[in-house]
Amino acid sequence: MNFLLSEEQLALVDSVAGLLRNSCDPLHVHKVFDTPGEAQFDAGLWTALCEMGLPAIIVPEEQGGLGLGLVDLAIVAEALGKVVAPVPFLGHALATLAISLGGSEAQKAKWLPKLATGEVLGTVALCEGKCGWMPDQWTLSGTSLTGTKTLVPNAAEADLIIVGTSDGLVLVEKGAGYTTARLDSADRTRPVDNVTFEGTAAEVLPDGLVAIPQLIDAAAVLLAADSFGGADHCVTMSVEYAKMREQYGQPIAGFQGLRYQLVAMALATEPSRGLYWYAAHAWDAIPEKSSHAASQAKAHLTDTYLQVTRDTVEAHGGIGFTWEHDTHLYMKRAMQNWAWLGSPSRHRMRAADMAGW
Amino acid sequence: MELGFGSEFDAFRTEVREFIKAHWPPADGNLKSHENERAFVVAAIDRGYMHRSIPKAYGGSEQPSDIVKAEIIREELTKARAPSGRIPGNGLVVPTLLEWGTEEQKQKWIAPTLRGDIVWAQGFSEPNAGSDLASLRTKAELSGDGSKWIINGQKIWTSHAHKATHMFCLVRTEPEAAKHAGISYLLVDIRQPGVTVRPLVQMTRQKEFSEVFFDNVETPTDMLVGERGKGWNVTRSTLKHERSGISSMTWSLSMFRDLVKLAKEVEVDGQPAIKHPRIREELAAIEGQLMSLTYSTYRATSHDVHDRDIGSFQTMPKVYMTDLAGRISKLARDIVENDFIDMGGERLKWIERFMISLSMSIAGGTSNIQRNIIAERSLGLPRDKSQGATA
Repeated sequence: MNFLLSEEQLALVDSVAGLLRNSCDPLHVHKVFDTPGEAQFDAGLWTALCEMGLPAIIVPEEQGGLGLGLVDLAIVAEALGKVVAPVPFLGHALATLAISLGGSEAQKAKWLPKLATGEVLGTVALCEGKCGWMPDQWTLSGTSLTGTKTLVPNAAEADLIIVGTSDGLVLVEKGAGYTTARLDSADRTRPVDNVTFEGTAAEVLPDGLVAIPQLIDAAAVLLAADSFGGADHCVTMSVEYAKMREQYGQPIAGFQGLRYQLVAMALATEPSRGLYWYAAHAWDAIPEKSSHAASQAKAHLTDTYLQVTRDTVEAHGGIGFTWEHDTHLYMKRAMQNWAWLGSPSRHRMRAADMAGW
Repeated sequence: MELGFGSEFDAFRTEVREFIKAHWPPADGNLKSHENERAFVVAAIDRGYMHRSIPKAYGGSEQPSDIVKAEIIREELTKARAPSGRIPGNGLVVPTLLEWGTEEQKQKWIAPTLRGDIVWAQGFSEPNAGSDLASLRTKAELSGDGSKWIINGQKIWTSHAHKATHMFCLVRTEPEAAKHAGISYLLVDIRQPGVTVRPLVQMTRQKEFSEVFFDNVETPTDMLVGERGKGWNVTRSTLKHERSGISSMTWSLSMFRDLVKLAKEVEVDGQPAIKHPRIREELAAIEGQLMSLTYSTYRATSHDVHDRDIGSFQTMPKVYMTDLAGRISKLARDIVENDFIDMGGERLKWIERFMISLSMSIAGGTSNIQRNIIAERSLGLPRDKSQGATA
């Protein structure tokens, strides 16, 4: 047993965190968040992350990638979540995985090298209606798609969309004829669109059907990792504020009521790190446990994150309730992590099914 | 990242299994006999399967540290219901002796303790010294000729005192010194006149704890561990050994397995409880918390082995497990419904657990004291001034 990150993995996180420290401080995120009009991702930051090789992590070496695992991708997701990075990482990583797992050799050769460099931006369209995140709820079908997919990350900017259908997965290229409508979503760090297809031409991924559970599990793990990063930062931010803020002539960190609130936040957050690590590791190495672990991680971590962001506002008092403070960036990211791919409650029921209960 | 045991350990598991098969159950079939248990423990130490971190010179088996082998041994012993070689008090005194004892004390006390020939009770808490342990008042004075300590006072919440032969205890030896500086760590034979053990009946109806009264009880001066007046430092290593992530995890896992079994057995509204959405969802939620504890413990253990900093998780397993145990016993309550109030019925075990889960928030440092420790050591919050020395 060796349940820890390798030297290479620690170095990977270090370099990503270093870049984010320089190019994605809170002021910068506020600026992106507050840009008038429809929410947009930060193209400069995304380019820098692509140059560092982020999208290449999960791409096989034959297609110009690094050939690493989901653990590697998840620890990067944690680093991005920690700074609520406004980049299209989630949709892009999932589209890349979908082609890598379900695509033909020709599709892989055509798309993966460009996805690995970030030259092409990918995304995934899974949900239908209010909460139809799971394959048995998907009604779009065939190679001429008609219908609407909801909460698609950065569909307006994407060069290709992997669409979940009742027959498997299909690939739709930009310009194939579909319309996107950007949501006025709370989380302006990761815009989402509703996409309407009207007889849109789509190309089948030959092994798409079998790849679907893996794709959903990977999405669950990446959301869990992003949530851990965000929650962990909220704990740190609240602790630092409590040490600095003085009332009644002393730092408020000295008051037991607040101390116990901070401890409760840390107790909810820190132990959940092992759960998201395990879910990522199971995806890489223990396939029979992967769906169960992924749903457990998604449920527990996104639930925890949202609660911790509420606690963070409480710990900060009035300033924490303002637009200018960081707290709302994290709460809104947590809200999206909670809803995207289905609520914690739904994932607990999926985990129960997977456990054979 | 590697979680499994790897096939190189298959041979080791087979070895352990064969050893256990040859020694347990004992030839005469008597599972309760102390002699049989002792014989098994002695053979297991001899074979290198028990007390692996203790030097051979002191009766241990002195094996290289290997968490995988240790886990395999633990699993196989549990599966065969063989003696684990662990006695709660003994597990606390041995590390303390190894760290603070004189060579003579180590030679004399550790080996018989490992074999179970000596059973130790802990004498720390007193009626007026609970969370604020350093305010304890049981005193020890040197006899006129300076050859022994004379102890007077009272200890409380002593587990299994009626089974114990000896006690390791904290006593005040320097009445003039400041609170923490006047305490010494003494070993005492409690099978002697002047020692009175009075069992306390718990809310579960069980008698696990006792009050222990000392009335001019004697112990030789070579039973002092560490320096006179330095007992507070000595005891901090004992308390350290009381908080292990592994034991929290193991205990929680077995309680959860029982809960799943219960949810499959009992019917709620005409279907197995486990199929009832309300119960099914809460069961999954509890499992999420349990998996967090489990894999963070694996992470912590792996970090420990590789000399990496565990980070803030280090202070968390006990209070996390306490919360989990409460949540598990409350879901069991929801499953058994009316049986929840019948202590003569078939669900007594779960009624007891409902109560015992509370004792976890008290024993070995209350949950609020644990929260203070997390606040100071893991979050780096300034110390609560009213508490004196560091938590």
